[in-house]
Amino acid sequence: MSEVQEYSGVTVTDAAALRAKTFLQNRGSGIGLRLGVKTTGCSGLAYVLEFVDELNADDEVFESNGVKIIIDGKSLVYLDGTELDFAKEGLNEGFQFNNPNANGECGCGESFNV
Amino acid sequence: MALLQIAEPGQSAAPHQRKLAIGIDLGTTHSLVATVRSGQAETLADEQERHLLPSAVQYSQDNTIVGYKAYENAAHDPKNTIISVKRFIGRSVEDVLHTWPNLPYEFASECAQNVQIKTQQGIKNPIHVSADILASLRGRAEKTLGDEVTKAVITVPAYFDDAQRQGTKDAAAVAGLDVMRLLNEPTAAALAYGLDSGQEGIVAVYDLGGGTFDISVLRLSRGVFEVLSTGGDSALGGDDFDHALADAVATQLGLSESDKKRHYRALVSAAKRAKEALSEHDTAVLEIDSDEFAAVEISREQLQALIQPLIQKTIRACRRALKDADVSKDEVVEVVLVGGSTRVPAVREAVETFFAKPPLTSIDPDKVVAIGAALQADILVGNKPDTDMLLLDVLPLSLGIETMGGLAEKIIARNTTIPVAKAQEFTTFKDGQTAMMIHVVQGERELVDDCRSLARFTLTGIPPMAAGAAHIRVTFQVDADGLLSVTAMEKSSGVSADIQVKPSYGLEEREIAGMLKDSMSNAKQDMQARMLKEQQVEAARVLEALNAALSVDADLLSAEELANLQQQMQVLENVAANADIDAIKVAIENVDKASQTFAERRMDKSINIALAGQSVEQI
Repeated sequence: MSEVQEYSGVTVTDAAALRAKTFLQNRGSGIGLRLGVKTTGCSGLAYVLEFVDELNADDEVFESNGVKIIIDGKSLVYLDGTELDFAKEGLNEGFQFNNPNANGECGCGESFNV
Repeated sequence: MALLQIAEPGQSAAPHQRKLAIGIDLGTTHSLVATVRSGQAETLADEQERHLLPSAVQYSQDNTIVGYKAYENAAHDPKNTIISVKRFIGRSVEDVLHTWPNLPYEFASECAQNVQIKTQQGIKNPIHVSADILASLRGRAEKTLGDEVTKAVITVPAYFDDAQRQGTKDAAAVAGLDVMRLLNEPTAAALAYGLDSGQEGIVAVYDLGGGTFDISVLRLSRGVFEVLSTGGDSALGGDDFDHALADAVATQLGLSESDKKRHYRALVSAAKRAKEALSEHDTAVLEIDSDEFAAVEISREQLQALIQPLIQKTIRACRRALKDADVSKDEVVEVVLVGGSTRVPAVREAVETFFAKPPLTSIDPDKVVAIGAALQADILVGNKPDTDMLLLDVLPLSLGIETMGGLAEKIIARNTTIPVAKAQEFTTFKDGQTAMMIHVVQGERELVDDCRSLARFTLTGIPPMAAGAAHIRVTFQVDADGLLSVTAMEKSSGVSADIQVKPSYGLEEREIAGMLKDSMSNAKQDMQARMLKEQQVEAARVLEALNAALSVDADLLSAEELANLQQQMQVLENVAANADIDAIKVAIENVDKASQTFAERRMDKSINIALAGQSVEQI
């Protein structure tokens, strides 16, 4: 039996995949999107969403809906099972993390607890 | 749940510290706001998916309406609805009334330095009106980005002077925006196409809007865009195409003058729709909103023939602008199209034929300026790695101060990249002079009278000293927006005075071009005038010093010597009033010779006084 924990990775919704591909194409370069967490913000942890030009040693690469998602080993603990969605709220639009690990958000939703 | 955007690698911001910044194209007829999201610059739409905001503000009794609604209301409430306010910014009422004698507005005063319009909501100046437009765009950006937005880059025409730039900045401050930089419109368009990282050389920006035409010739070198020349026509645009087509159709339908007058608005808007359709199709049907008239089919060729004379007018302006910039057509590496009217195929063809290369058209010409501003804002606010170079701008005209004799001493030369600070030392002209007037001027000419006066201030409290002994350091500082502050400081005492230049009236683009041209065509004359003035100032200085000395020590000279010296001084005074440079030089030399003995005796006298009562050993 393996001692390495198996991760299910993250999934990307159709809407998010469409936008992600467009943004990557417009940018002209980049392997995919980095999802991550960092310890900051009013509720403990905050999400990171960035373009990726090169991989780091501890990066895991997933692919969902034709989009490469890159997550570093530490962040994966907090993000495993997350669905990346793209949503509109009035004039505002952007990416959303539907994270099963999160169990508390600050009012703004930019940071969360696990 | 917050909606997130994709950041550049390593540039993710902490929550509530997202670096938001917008680019605003504050236009004469329309304005736009754009921002960079997930690495992509895009203009932001309102709830009805409209990207343009008409630059119109209606001040009715109890509310302020901005945009489409105000524009529609302008017809029945012209007094309280201010449209195209950009024309008035930084200009005097006199200036505005002179250029547009038929404005529907009621001005608070007809001789004031600033335009003030009486509305139902009280007096509004162009800064208020522009601020309301900017605030509306800021509100749209905040709704779209879901957070407070305060950082902005705002574009202005390349020919805007300091007053107009300061007015724009003031309006932004009223709207709660922190202007990181004012950017020249043609530069913004070039940035939108990424030309700043492209091939160095000449870029021409052809901007044909609804009512105005601008051509700008820029030079890109080492990442800096320099405006070499601007030209255009402030009363030529796409609206003129509509009128040309409307007139032709009226003739074709056999409309009487009175019929034509009665239906002119409907006719023009039908012509506008047909023109727009002809940008996509070979033929279009011109339908007037009235049952009285038959629909008319128009072909692209017909429209082309009608508007050709207007297009050729813009091409002539392009030729002039290249000539003013002293560059040839084949030096132009890129041509950028800006303004909705550049969608007309005949315009594109004419531009392509003239410059002998296809213009850049991939970005919507209505949005390209705002997109360039947004890209610049994104860099300035710090969302890009430091390796991305910051764009610099240059001064359009030299800045300097007036020196004795009405000469303009340039402190910062034109085309210097900004921000910049430069200092120069000046001194007093008279013994015991305790104050100095600093007159700040802008322009290329040698004489102050031919330059534009920007501001005056006085440095007082200079300790009394002999003429020429004081060291007064005058520092000119131009910030990143092209705004000037001038400081004068007397070095021994540290007394200083300063001024921020917010000049009282505006310059037109023609005038700037005119000022530049004058400086070249009058270069020789100006040099002569400068040399003459210098000799005259020298003569005045010599006479001043001698008179001061004579009033104390005239007794050192015999009556004959005194008479001789006074005669030579009289000659100099007479000669200095004329324009013969060499004669003044000779007269100065003669006075110098005639006063030699006097100077020696004064020297002896002062040494004697200094030595009086001291023994030889003591010295």
